[in-house]
Amino acid sequence: MLLTLTTTPHPDRPFPATDLGFLLHKHPDRVLERELPFGRATVFYPQATPEVCTAALLLEVDPVALSRTTRPGEGAPLEPYVNDRPYAAGSFLAVALRDAFGTAMTGRSQERQALADTPLPLVAELPCVAARGPAGLPERLFGPLGYAVETGPIPLDPLFPEWGERPYVRLRVSGTVRLCDLLAHLYVLLPVLDGRKHYYLNEAEVEKLLRHGAGWLDTHPERDLIVGRFLRFRELVRQAEATFTPEASEEEAPRDPHPRLHDARLDRVAEVLKASGSARVLDLGCGEGKLLRRLVEVPSFRELVGVDVSARALELAADRLRLKERPELEGRVRLLHGSLAYRDSRLRGFDAAALVEVIEHLEPHRLDALTANVFGDARPRTVVITTPNREYNAVFAEKNRGEAAGMRHADHRFEWTRAEFRAWAGAAASESGYAVRFEDVGDVHAEYGPVTQMAVFTRGEEA
Amino acid sequence: MTEIRLPELALVALVGASSAGKSTFAARHFEPTEVLSSDFFRALVSDDESSLEATGDAFDSLFFVAGKRLARGRLTVVDATSVRPDDRRRLVDLARQHDVLPVAIVLDLPRAVLEARHAARPDRDFRPDVIGRQVSELRRTLRGLQKEGFRHVWVLRSGEAVDAAQVSRVPLYTNRQELSGPFDFIGDVHGCLPELRDLLAKLGYTLGEGHATPPPGRTAVFVGDLVDRGPDSAGTLRLVMNMIRSGAALCVPGNHDEKLKRALDGKAVKALHGLDGTLAQLEEAGPEFRAEVRAFLAGLVSHLVLDGGRVVVAHAGLPERYQGRASGRVRSFALYGDVDGSQDERGLPVRRDWAADYRGQAYVVYGHTPVAQPHWVNRTLNIDTGCAFGGALTALRYPEMELVSVPAHAQYAVPARPLAPAGPEPDGEGLDLAAFLKGGRIETRTFGGILVKEGERAAAIETFSRFGVDPRWAVYLPPTMSPVETSSRAGFLEHPAEAFAYFRGQGLSQVVCEEKHMGSRAVLVLARDEAAARTRFGVPEGAGSIFTRTGRPFFQPDWEADVLTRARAAVTTAGLWETLDTGWLVLDAEILPWSLKAGELIRGQYAAVGAAGNAALPASVTALEAAAARGVDVAGLLDRTRERAQDLRAYRDAYRAYVHRVEGPHDVQIRPFHLLASEGQVHTERDHLWHLETLGRLADADPLLFGRTAYRLVTLGPVSGGMGASEAEAAAWWEALTAAGGEGMVVKPLAFLDPDRRSLQPAVKVRGREYLRIIYGPEYTRPENLARLRTRALGAKRARALREFHLGLEALARFVDHAGTARVHESVLGVLALESDPVDARL
Repeated sequence: MLLTLTTTPHPDRPFPATDLGFLLHKHPDRVLERELPFGRATVFYPQATPEVCTAALLLEVDPVALSRTTRPGEGAPLEPYVNDRPYAAGSFLAVALRDAFGTAMTGRSQERQALADTPLPLVAELPCVAARGPAGLPERLFGPLGYAVETGPIPLDPLFPEWGERPYVRLRVSGTVRLCDLLAHLYVLLPVLDGRKHYYLNEAEVEKLLRHGAGWLDTHPERDLIVGRFLRFRELVRQAEATFTPEASEEEAPRDPHPRLHDARLDRVAEVLKASGSARVLDLGCGEGKLLRRLVEVPSFRELVGVDVSARALELAADRLRLKERPELEGRVRLLHGSLAYRDSRLRGFDAAALVEVIEHLEPHRLDALTANVFGDARPRTVVITTPNREYNAVFAEKNRGEAAGMRHADHRFEWTRAEFRAWAGAAASESGYAVRFEDVGDVHAEYGPVTQMAVFTRGEEA
Repeated sequence: MTEIRLPELALVALVGASSAGKSTFAARHFEPTEVLSSDFFRALVSDDESSLEATGDAFDSLFFVAGKRLARGRLTVVDATSVRPDDRRRLVDLARQHDVLPVAIVLDLPRAVLEARHAARPDRDFRPDVIGRQVSELRRTLRGLQKEGFRHVWVLRSGEAVDAAQVSRVPLYTNRQELSGPFDFIGDVHGCLPELRDLLAKLGYTLGEGHATPPPGRTAVFVGDLVDRGPDSAGTLRLVMNMIRSGAALCVPGNHDEKLKRALDGKAVKALHGLDGTLAQLEEAGPEFRAEVRAFLAGLVSHLVLDGGRVVVAHAGLPERYQGRASGRVRSFALYGDVDGSQDERGLPVRRDWAADYRGQAYVVYGHTPVAQPHWVNRTLNIDTGCAFGGALTALRYPEMELVSVPAHAQYAVPARPLAPAGPEPDGEGLDLAAFLKGGRIETRTFGGILVKEGERAAAIETFSRFGVDPRWAVYLPPTMSPVETSSRAGFLEHPAEAFAYFRGQGLSQVVCEEKHMGSRAVLVLARDEAAARTRFGVPEGAGSIFTRTGRPFFQPDWEADVLTRARAAVTTAGLWETLDTGWLVLDAEILPWSLKAGELIRGQYAAVGAAGNAALPASVTALEAAAARGVDVAGLLDRTRERAQDLRAYRDAYRAYVHRVEGPHDVQIRPFHLLASEGQVHTERDHLWHLETLGRLADADPLLFGRTAYRLVTLGPVSGGMGASEAEAAAWWEALTAAGGEGMVVKPLAFLDPDRRSLQPAVKVRGREYLRIIYGPEYTRPENLARLRTRALGAKRARALREFHLGLEALARFVDHAGTARVHESVLGVLALESDPVDARL
């Protein structure tokens, strides 16, 4: 990957362009090579005349070393062998920049201190920058700092124009700035553009960001985005944010568009379970344990078992429930890895089971198995099932100004109308000796019905 | 002389006072390991065989060992005095617990003889009057032995009798393993004589008045319930009894036959469910025939184990633990099924579904509960298709496993409840997650037990239940494939020479080199029609499935339907249904183009890297050229950067060769290379030439959809002296193939499976130099990179390839054997589970 820095003196502020060499502490006629952990950086000058002088930083990343280095704590290689790191400017180039031009970044120059302190006409060019994330990101990052920003498209493959031009661009940033400021801006913003970091992040990163962001980051309109993408980890971001001027108080927009809906659903399911007089309850498809957290607070639930197909979700649930820190929950709350597509003898003998927004995540061809496993094999006395009412999606569509909303979640395999849900639930109940009643949950539209539909199954009394 | 004819599986109580000579007798007639003596166990627990204080522990241990032996089906002799009824009751209970016959051999010698022997044995430190007490205890209770439950009792009353006694072993009545058929199993006849005659005729039997002669070598086996409900129970009995008498048939009793026997015995039974009609017919047939029937029914044995233990017939089925055993419990199960009198919450008898849990190796053929359609569940088949209720009378031809049916002429009786539906099992029935997730080994017939760990199993469950196809279709997943050992040739990472060397080292003389298609791996399950799919796979709809190597649907539904229709048509045109005599096929294939499935990967990674490199490297070259023109010394860097730009161009060409625009299913191409299985066969006994040639007929039938796989048969040269002519020719072919943009080739042993070489890789891949750029990166061929890439560890990859290969074959073998969805699925999940363990993805 390549970065060039060019200066062309302005008639108002005359100086020989080759003085760039004094500012960078690199002689224009020499070649400087630096070995780095991930490859080799070379600084050379493609042109060096009093009128125009260009310094180039060329970084050769060693792809084999990169792919054979493992992440700390993980077995996986940092990058696959086929990766863009040798070509696209990002955090590697930022590290090389600081390594090659570290003194210049401090703003000190033995021979030309006055020039170092003076804003100069400078152009930084990068033939290939990874710009992942929102459109117009280069402009949003460099524009507020007073640069003219030009980007040129890079098609993914000219033979297949339909593949588009993301995520790489050719980037040219020009302005009249002190060299040390330009270098600091590049150092911080190149990894932010790329959105990926190749090295381990720790508190030292916070210090680096604050040092190189001094004087401009605090007031940058994209400050949160820059901090978030530079530091990546919430804890590090929090540390950095503590040092900034507080934002004008602005209500934080809720992330879940229907937060109250999900709460209402869970509250209602908890009530139904409580009313059923159940003591031993299964939360089938417990996810991160939102329902379990409600149920744990109710002492009449003597045994709670959460089951989920995702091992990762169960880890999160254990965290959220703080199972490790609450020994009193031991024996009362258990989490099991399992799947409703399979019969599971561990699930027999419970009083009740809840399947909150679960069935719509199953392929339709596994539904018969779910029915057989829950109603035929596990056979709790009470089963509570909620699922979206597809008819209500029209209400969402209206709110989205008529845009067809599709399904409510990318992993939903189907969403049912009221009639479809009732037909399925009725058949499942009658085949297995359960009675079923239906209930609306959440907002109810006069025509489309409730946003969420719920079925409560009760097993026929023992003969 | 007493001849003691012992049942081959029995608990033998050697009964007799001390010094009666039990141990001597046991040593003479039994293997040492068959005899469990109380003295020995006393010594075992206390180091003192006469320690009375250790008796409790000694017997606990003895009974524990005896239980284990009986559970494993080993005849066991208990050498203890057992003179008291309480001692013997424990033995009878133990025998019953394991459904084996308790028998007793009593050594009842005169007291004087015993006392004389005792006096001669200084190691016995108890008083002689102990013997006296034992003798009188035995004499007092000896007559009750039969009542206590011993099925046979032999009493030897003198030393001479003991010495002269002969012991032989006789097979249990149920053990007819010597009969190997072929058999025609016939479902519940229930007096439907006209239909029985129809069926026998259809099966090729020659019918006479009241008799039938089978085709040469065949034997009819009736699963019981010959009588009641139908029009002519007496006639049915006459025909079946004649057939049995002439050796043309075997029969096990059904619950109706049992009830008839009790009625004929004069016991009070309610003449319901057609028994009244049967009794009336027998009344008419006269006392002589009634006596014959009574004797016939009395002689029926609960179940039969046939053909070397490969098939069991019992009226209501029989779990593995009862097969070849004898007890009231076994007989009751065989007659009535798994009912214990308990009721469910709806008041119906709880009938535990033994078939769903069946894990035995033997096929079980049964009847008893009428079903609309016979359906294999875990190697069990119910062939009662409710003839008397207006259904059909069905036979299973064994070992052909063909079903033959004739429709009922009329509905003779009304069923209490409708016949059970055709009953395709629900998905994954029988696979209990709790048990599956425990980990452990999956037994395979070609590779023994294969360990699949808990975490791997959980990952497989997660993947398959979220994304998998209907498990009933997923009868196979393909194994991963190891690359060849790394080549040391300049500029090459992989080369055919190492593949030949590997197989030569394994002692092979011939290998097949197959062109490797650069697409996406797929398994095709094709059924002749929806009816065949329903019967064989138990799926509610569809006539096939195409899925990826992780069991996900390969296509969206409309594309799949289109491709399946044409693929099945090609099989029809090629005549493979007939050639292989099958209603279904499983193919292992590559589906082209690569970009069809890998579009996201190509755009997000391969094209992206190409785009970034193409933007960065020429710009770097330009900047370096400018510097060089100024006289700055950047020559080395400039050369290197130019070479890297050249590598990048080659890399772009490499991935572009596998990218083709796909507008619709008609752009899909299938390259099958293994014809894995069809009815009755996993085709591991056919060599790869057969697979390729047979599948080539699909390409002839539909050249737009299918294509042939180019191959070379290579004779491996001698160990030393470089490549032989045949190898060199194949290597040149590989070079030409890969130079033209081909991915490479796969080298396989000529035989699909070699049972004598368990650790032989089923295939190794040799990938082309240019192709490997998309695996190891654009610049992998630079000498400094190649040198480092040459160190790669193949061991884990190879071990996994081998285990996945055998698990996949096991899944197919289980499917072919009608082992049931759960058993097939276990093996398939095993393959998926092993895949979840991270191994270098570039190998």
